[in-house]
Amino acid sequence: MIEAIIGGLLIGCAAACLLWGIGRVAGISGIFWQSLQPVSKDPTEQSWRALFILGLVLGPLVLLLLEWHDPPPPSDAGWGTLMVAGLLVGFGTRLGSGCTSGHGICGIARFSGRSVFATLTFMATGIVTVSLTRHFFL
Amino acid sequence: MKNWVALISGLLFGVGLAVSGMTDTAKVLGFLDFFGEWDATLAFVMAAGLAVTIPAYRLTKDHRPWFETGFSLPKASQLDVRLIGGAIIFGLGWGLYGYCPGPAVAAIAYGRLDAIVFVIMMAAGMYLAEKLIRVRDKAGASST
Repeated sequence: MIEAIIGGLLIGCAAACLLWGIGRVAGISGIFWQSLQPVSKDPTEQSWRALFILGLVLGPLVLLLLEWHDPPPPSDAGWGTLMVAGLLVGFGTRLGSGCTSGHGICGIARFSGRSVFATLTFMATGIVTVSLTRHFFL
Repeated sequence: MKNWVALISGLLFGVGLAVSGMTDTAKVLGFLDFFGEWDATLAFVMAAGLAVTIPAYRLTKDHRPWFETGFSLPKASQLDVRLIGGAIIFGLGWGLYGYCPGPAVAAIAYGRLDAIVFVIMMAAGMYLAEKLIRVRDKAGASST
């Protein structure tokens, strides 16, 4: 559990850094999507997002190179499940304006009613989905 | 400077996700598995994250960001069908595989095809949602 707490504190610090540094919410689904958009009048609007996403990949990569982190075992779910899940996660986070980071870590911290509601909703449907696939269909 | 702040924030976020075990789909699904052997990891990660972000957001009052003229925080406050529908669909996908956007992107570091395919499908899903939002906005604009 100590890893979970240290990791969570680091995630919180990352969000605080983005907030105090450039005044932005560390919502990964939004940053990811915006980073894929055509370059606008102000190129930094794309570049900061692209660099945040790059950092998100480089962080674990550095840990791997230093041998401080073991890659978790791959999921045993099939490719069909993976692709449908990816599509739903993308669709849902865009439609619902956020994911676990934007609504969960940042939105709840802002005491946003929308984010509290969204977080409770996606956690509830996640729990229902896992319960159905693990305990009722198998 | 904005770019450096974002890169450092991304690095910290990625390290945090990896260290906390959130790039492990089994741990995430274990948290969502209330009727099985419940894995509390995600709850600890979220609580620790909030322990930093709650005071961090309180401190934005009467201040401005270091490298920006002001804070750009979401202004919407209404619960609407989009938010509810989106959260339901996201939760469904999350519960099917165990990746939400952050861990999926961070897991690209492991060099396996699963995270890469997931992220590509995620981008496709976002594109479809964006299309739907545009179509609905147009329909709404023409009917009013």
